[in-house]
Amino acid sequence: MTTANQSANLGALERYRNNFLKEVEANVEEGHMVKMCMQCGVCAGSCPFGPHWEHSPQKIFMMIRAGKRDEVLGSDSMFMCTSCYNCMVRCPRELPITHIMHGLANYAHRLGIAPKGQPTREFATLFWNNAIKKGRVNELTLTLRHYFRGGLVSGIKEAMAMQSIGLGLFLAKRLNPMEIFGGHGVKDLKGFHAIIAKAKEIEDRKKGFTA
Amino acid sequence: MAKKEYAFYPGCSSQLKASASNYLVSTNSMCKSLDIKLTEIPDWNCCGASVGYCEGGELPRMAINARNFAQAETHLPGQDIVATCAACWLGARESKERLDGSAQLMKETNEALAAAGLHYSGGANVRHMVEVLIEDFGYDGLKAPMKKSLEGIKFAGYVGCQTNRPFGIDGESFENPLYLDKMVETLGGEALTKYEQKVTCCGGALAFSEPEKSQKQIRDIVESAYDHGAEMIVTPCPLCQANVEVYQSEINKKQGTKFNMPVLYYSQLMTIAYGGSAKDAGLNGQLIRAEKLEKIAGK
Repeated sequence: MTTANQSANLGALERYRNNFLKEVEANVEEGHMVKMCMQCGVCAGSCPFGPHWEHSPQKIFMMIRAGKRDEVLGSDSMFMCTSCYNCMVRCPRELPITHIMHGLANYAHRLGIAPKGQPTREFATLFWNNAIKKGRVNELTLTLRHYFRGGLVSGIKEAMAMQSIGLGLFLAKRLNPMEIFGGHGVKDLKGFHAIIAKAKEIEDRKKGFTA
Repeated sequence: MAKKEYAFYPGCSSQLKASASNYLVSTNSMCKSLDIKLTEIPDWNCCGASVGYCEGGELPRMAINARNFAQAETHLPGQDIVATCAACWLGARESKERLDGSAQLMKETNEALAAAGLHYSGGANVRHMVEVLIEDFGYDGLKAPMKKSLEGIKFAGYVGCQTNRPFGIDGESFENPLYLDKMVETLGGEALTKYEQKVTCCGGALAFSEPEKSQKQIRDIVESAYDHGAEMIVTPCPLCQANVEVYQSEINKKQGTKFNMPVLYYSQLMTIAYGGSAKDAGLNGQLIRAEKLEKIAGK
């Protein structure tokens, strides 16, 4: 955990004391909608990864209201979201559940208290960094970095297991080995990066991430 | 002059030699037959996709999407923005609606855009290609350029998630959307009347980070298509296409199944029905060959 994360976390603890719901409302994307949940449980039964998480959205919302800060922000349930939007379209109260899950995951990640080594947390970070590096996703380096995330040995093992698929995609002209040297990107990269930096600066200021 | 013109947002996966390059090839062929002129949004960038939430946060995601809107607004004024990728459409439309609904976010987004000398004044109209086909052309309009029928092929219309939820196609239900089946039938093909996995999630980006869990989803999607007698799966989403086609061999290896079901884009079916060659339809981009379609193309 970096110092910036730590101080943001301590700052939030100090500011919101025992009111985690207020903290979520202020700092989490679409967090102001959490209190609308009426605990019907339709979201819990609608998730394709339902068998794989500990806390359904319904539970997470109740835990937020009960002030279970450590349990919510340390949960890996939000990272099981595949962004299928099934919970969201079925919610009778029209809570933007998918966005709230993303927002909570993002907040926990930024505070440095999301579960370490959570595979989707790692992949999602890799994806964003890959996409913004050149302004467009480089599928080859994204895949390779993902396979080699655990080091050389496990990387070679994973890449070898997938090599027939890689070869197939290459032959079908859907994978370009030359992308390792750069690949597609936006022309005005400087402007693109300036936009992201400015947006991040504003958001960090609003959410208390600036030291 | 072309019948219809749109500001085109092809997205990262559609680029040359990327995982959905055959989607773009077939889209171009299809649009040629329908007299649609697509002009790429100059210097467009990635939408951030859904999985970008973790590191990206809200405002940076809004800002990069607004950059595309600003480019379209300046260089292609008055044209609807059309995406072929489900995630691009979702990311862009979500941003558009969020910005429309919040003057504060709009102000902050424009503050960010100003760092690159850009400005977005609002009012972008973000649409998916399927919406364009159905709403601007209609099923009869889609039938007009037909030269060949896809008669004798049974398709499982796999709609998946993000072309269906949370926005979807106007007038369709989230649980059982019918437009893909109707498109298949328009082209003379047979659509499954029952397909339980029509709107099941393929795992999306979690096919990378949670391969076992996602492959269970994919297995269900393919298995149900087989159970109902489908010969091919057709989908409007590039990630659905890739996941459902690419991992069949993995599932076979691990679970002893014998899956070998081609997974196509609607645009490939339309290209073939419009008399295009296998190459025009990007059929050479399939990992699992669609031999029956190749045969029709060769006739």
